[in-house]
Amino acid sequence: MSVFGNTALQFSEEQAMLLDVARQFCRDKSPIASVRAQLETGTGFDAHLWEEMVSLGWTGIALPESCGGSGMGVATLVPVVEAMGRAMLGTPLISSALAAQLLLRSGNTEQRERLLPAIAAGAPATIALLEDMDWGNEAVTLALDENGVLQGAKKYVPDAAVASLLVVSVQHRGQSALAVVRADQLGTHALAHNTLIDQTKRSANVDFTGIEIDAKDIIAGPGVAAALRDVRLLGALLVAAEATGSAGACLDTVVEYLKTRKQFGKLIGSYQALKHPTVDILTATDSARSFIYHAATLVGDTALDVDAEIACRMAKAHACQTLLYAGDRAVQFHGGMGFTYDCDAQLYIRRAQWSQQQFGDAQHHRKRLATLLLD
Amino acid sequence: MSASEKELQEFRAEVAAWMRDNNPADPGFLLPQTFMEVGDERQLEFLREWQHKVWAAGYLGMAWPKEYGGGGVDAVFQSIADQEMRRHGVPICFNVIGLGWAGPLINDIGTEQEKARYLKGILNAEDVWCQGFSEPEHGSDLGNAQTRAVRDGDEYIINGQKIWTTMGNFAKYMILLARTNQDAPRKYDGLSYFLSPMQVPGIETRPIRKITGEFGFTETFFTDARIPADCLMGEEGQGWKIAMQTLQYERGAEAGAAGGQAMVRVTVDDMIKQLEGVKRDGESVLRDPVVRDQLVQAIMEEKAMILGDRRAHIGALTTDYPGSLPLSNKLRVTEMTRRMRQLAINLQGAQGALYVGDDEARQGGFWQRAYFNSFSATIGGGTSQVQANIVAEHILGLPK
Repeated sequence: MSVFGNTALQFSEEQAMLLDVARQFCRDKSPIASVRAQLETGTGFDAHLWEEMVSLGWTGIALPESCGGSGMGVATLVPVVEAMGRAMLGTPLISSALAAQLLLRSGNTEQRERLLPAIAAGAPATIALLEDMDWGNEAVTLALDENGVLQGAKKYVPDAAVASLLVVSVQHRGQSALAVVRADQLGTHALAHNTLIDQTKRSANVDFTGIEIDAKDIIAGPGVAAALRDVRLLGALLVAAEATGSAGACLDTVVEYLKTRKQFGKLIGSYQALKHPTVDILTATDSARSFIYHAATLVGDTALDVDAEIACRMAKAHACQTLLYAGDRAVQFHGGMGFTYDCDAQLYIRRAQWSQQQFGDAQHHRKRLATLLLD
Repeated sequence: MSASEKELQEFRAEVAAWMRDNNPADPGFLLPQTFMEVGDERQLEFLREWQHKVWAAGYLGMAWPKEYGGGGVDAVFQSIADQEMRRHGVPICFNVIGLGWAGPLINDIGTEQEKARYLKGILNAEDVWCQGFSEPEHGSDLGNAQTRAVRDGDEYIINGQKIWTTMGNFAKYMILLARTNQDAPRKYDGLSYFLSPMQVPGIETRPIRKITGEFGFTETFFTDARIPADCLMGEEGQGWKIAMQTLQYERGAEAGAAGGQAMVRVTVDDMIKQLEGVKRDGESVLRDPVVRDQLVQAIMEEKAMILGDRRAHIGALTTDYPGSLPLSNKLRVTEMTRRMRQLAINLQGAQGALYVGDDEARQGGFWQRAYFNSFSATIGGGTSQVQANIVAEHILGLPK
């Protein structure tokens, strides 16, 4: 057996069309000036733009038709999210997609058919998993007690302020379970907004203490742990896809500057000290794209197998390192301009640091890959 | 006419059986991993015999015309044969400059006379070929070649020097790039292309001792060497164009090669296997957390190459900087190979300091030698630094 294992990479006509449409849309609707206009707003995105994304069907793309979606499968989110990353377009799409996947993979038919159509129709949703800084810590202390009341809090919940629904991992009767919380159940002071390094993103710490959960909004049983694991992997993949798009845009920004900026009487792009690392960004971005579409080839709507797990972890480990390198060099190569807030390089380096910390950083995934590949 | 799926499957089974039955036993000395590592007569004769055997069995030059020693069948058969050679880990078909570069060139643009004279000897390994492009002062700058060819009646008189002539000391023929016109307005227009004999008075080779301590290349000196005028390929002044076409075969950008593996593929799998029994802090080196992370990164790097080859064939996923995957291929693969082999030695513990010739060297010093030889690929055919310039300028559009 080779350590390379499964090396499939396929891309359907349908996905190709979707990628094309998504790129066009993001390029037209999310120029960098629009991205900047959202940096200091409350929600971080333009509600009208979100409605357009919803009308394109993106919020239901990965959901079955029985739940209001178009049944194209979770893999089709990869080209869409990559296109969004390229345009640095925020919005709660990833959070909503992951909340939907968690419900889809763990809920019963009644829960799926009751909760998912609203997400497909564009009501933002999110998942609340973390209780500290450690993505390797899967222990949950937030408790759903015998009376169906939540006791505890979650940290760094993405898009918490705009989510109409939050899927929360809890301890219930000594087992891992999920509680579905509606936004109107949250107390007035439940949310403490985080100040994020990436200003295109939003998250908050959320105190769930005292919220009563109806029995029908509790998901328990042996499927919960597997669904949580899969959604963490899918989260890693989607963040990797987004980071890959951002790395591509960052590369474009660097190339453009190297082709126009002159120093010592020469275009700076003619200096090999800048040229060669830029080629390194290109080849790393190329590999990132190969990894994310390889992973997209292997993930489906059923439980992820070990090949899919390896692919998602490799995609995350590689793509986020790539964006970090690209963003870091983008700042440096812009010289004095690169040190300013006005230079777009800051958007990429900030996104890089944010992406690295979602669903585990490169070291987190490589450590797990070592077990999967070498033992 | 295309072969049926069934026919191809049967052929694959037939080749597989042949390779299994005929894969030579370990000769007791290190075999070259690439055609650039043929250092002595012993290795040469072993590989000559092997290539001849593969050709005689009908598994080499399968798509070349029958009248010139080929098989006259669809190229798909050769590619199946190549896959089976690779899969069975048989020795290389070493006459690469003939099989892969000069042969396809002669097939595509040569005269009937040239085809009849040269092609069969390339396939059956009787005629070893070498390449006379690079010169001492002009490593990666071919257009500047200064070796001169002056017409004198029915002959050309050659004067000058070539370097990095792989198997120059064993070769019967050379593809030679020489300057026939000193006064051409563009330096490229003064070049001509020859299919030159090597065993004539005035051509001398001096083996170059490589970083490995072994041989494989020569310097080649031309001192008033007279070669027949009909060695000129095409016409005077077409040398640059024909040389560029040759490079297309060399880089695999143009089809037509006779087949056979040009190098033994070594993967990170092989590197991990060779670590069996290696200890670090009293336990398997594969338990060491730092080493494990390095291995995962090496696996990922090589997997990215495999996946990149797949993605390169998907049009919709290659619209950004089109051509970046194929054009950066040499740069990426050769640099990865070099780093991986360096790591392989690093992980051997104190044994990593042993070299070919020491009985205790792991796998006879295979990795030490392979690491040194890997530089031939990061330097030859345009250094990695030149490759990075090419990618930067042609793909990213950065200024020269």
